[in-house]
Amino acid sequence: MLTAENLGKSYGGQAVLEDVSFSLGEEETLAIVGPSGCGKTTLLYLLSGLVRPDAGRILVDGAPVAGPGPDISIILQDYGLLPWRTVVDNVALGLKVRGVGRAERLDRARRQLAELGIAGRDADYPANLSGGEQQRVAIARAFVTRPRLMLLDEPFSSLDALTRERLQYALLDAWKQRRVPFVLVTHSLEEAVVLGKRIMVMSDRPARPVRVFDNPGFGSRSILDTEACFNLLRELRSTVEDLW
Amino acid sequence: MNLKPLLRYALVVLVLGLIWKGAATALGGIILPAPEDAARAFFSAMATADFWAHFATSAWRVVAAMALAWLTAFPLGLLMGSVPRVDALLAPFIFLTYPIPKIVLLPVFLLLFGLGDTAKIAMIALILGYQILVTTRDGVKSIHPKYFDSVRSLGGSRRHVLREVLLPAALPHGFTALRLGTGVSVAVLFFVESFATTRGLGYMIMDAWGAMDYLTMFSGILGMSLLGAALYEIANFLERRACRWMFLRNKG
Repeated sequence: MLTAENLGKSYGGQAVLEDVSFSLGEEETLAIVGPSGCGKTTLLYLLSGLVRPDAGRILVDGAPVAGPGPDISIILQDYGLLPWRTVVDNVALGLKVRGVGRAERLDRARRQLAELGIAGRDADYPANLSGGEQQRVAIARAFVTRPRLMLLDEPFSSLDALTRERLQYALLDAWKQRRVPFVLVTHSLEEAVVLGKRIMVMSDRPARPVRVFDNPGFGSRSILDTEACFNLLRELRSTVEDLW
Repeated sequence: MNLKPLLRYALVVLVLGLIWKGAATALGGIILPAPEDAARAFFSAMATADFWAHFATSAWRVVAAMALAWLTAFPLGLLMGSVPRVDALLAPFIFLTYPIPKIVLLPVFLLLFGLGDTAKIAMIALILGYQILVTTRDGVKSIHPKYFDSVRSLGGSRRHVLREVLLPAALPHGFTALRLGTGVSVAVLFFVESFATTRGLGYMIMDAWGAMDYLTMFSGILGMSLLGAALYEIANFLERRACRWMFLRNKG
């Protein structure tokens, strides 16, 4: 459903991305791993339509992405929540932008929050919430508009280990329910294995895809305990060690 | 009703009163009357319509000026902070004229706008407006770009960016400038009221000073302090109402 063809982007004469091509099918997920600052965030910005590529093109179901739209939701690093809006208003923002009436958008936002295990915090501000709760709100905000594609930028990197694991499973469960394909950028190999049906390893700047791994065990919560996953992680690690 | 601020005010008044008492005793009690005499004069003045007429005139001038300053400078600061082309055009004018003491223009204002309230209000508004303008502009410029991305990624237009990011992020800066500007506003108010008027607390103070009626003079000074404190509290209240999210502690 998503195709990226020969994407390139440079800032101030310095190439950040070079010749990035990949595709993502319906009901698939892709985890992109790369060293910090390699241009993964830039790639997600290109895919979301927030930034235009210098070269190449992005197609969603065959149609080029011309700008941010209702079909694609992106969860930015640091969650992207507005500190001056309440939790429920933050979640409803995407609906508001699209002109959904107040009563309906608040109702849908509340139901989405409840689905992600955050109830009764509607009137709080993001600053009242813990990091994990803020991330749940951000996921609710991305889901509430029923996007066809989700983009996640290192969503769990600033959380403690236990919260991170819980949220990884929450995302996995949400995917199993709705089967909305997502592209997840991370620098954690374990996270890539838990959340990516395919895993794409990027090189350092300028970022290029180096290798794509299939992850047949994807979808199981206990994947990290399996032999296959162990081998995959070892292979990933050796690929990465040669590169970064 | 939270009584803590009132208690704090009472304590401050008590401490200042004690210092005043000491100074009055040291100076012999003529130039600086004893605080209890000044307080008594102040309270009996507060029972007269004359005092409240002066108070109301002063309050009208300063409130009108603050409203005028805010309603002009806040939107302009927002515009300059968010549209680089407008900023490039206007910023040189603002920053070259910023250090000029605007108060020296009072004679010009009196010639331009006449001896009525217009010149006085314009003078206070100009001085306060600069502070609100510069604070708001700098505040808007410091908004983290991730908030714009956040709204734009949801498909938000420029109008949404304005309503969801620029306006709520700029309000605290505008209100802080207004709150901190209350002191300057009342100071300028006193100055403009010492010319070409026979009404207002500033006139009351200067008139009593000329007549060597120091108790009435102190009634005027205390009245002006009351006005300043009330304005500060009102600005503080507005800020807390409009920017509730600013006053939270992060638990995360």
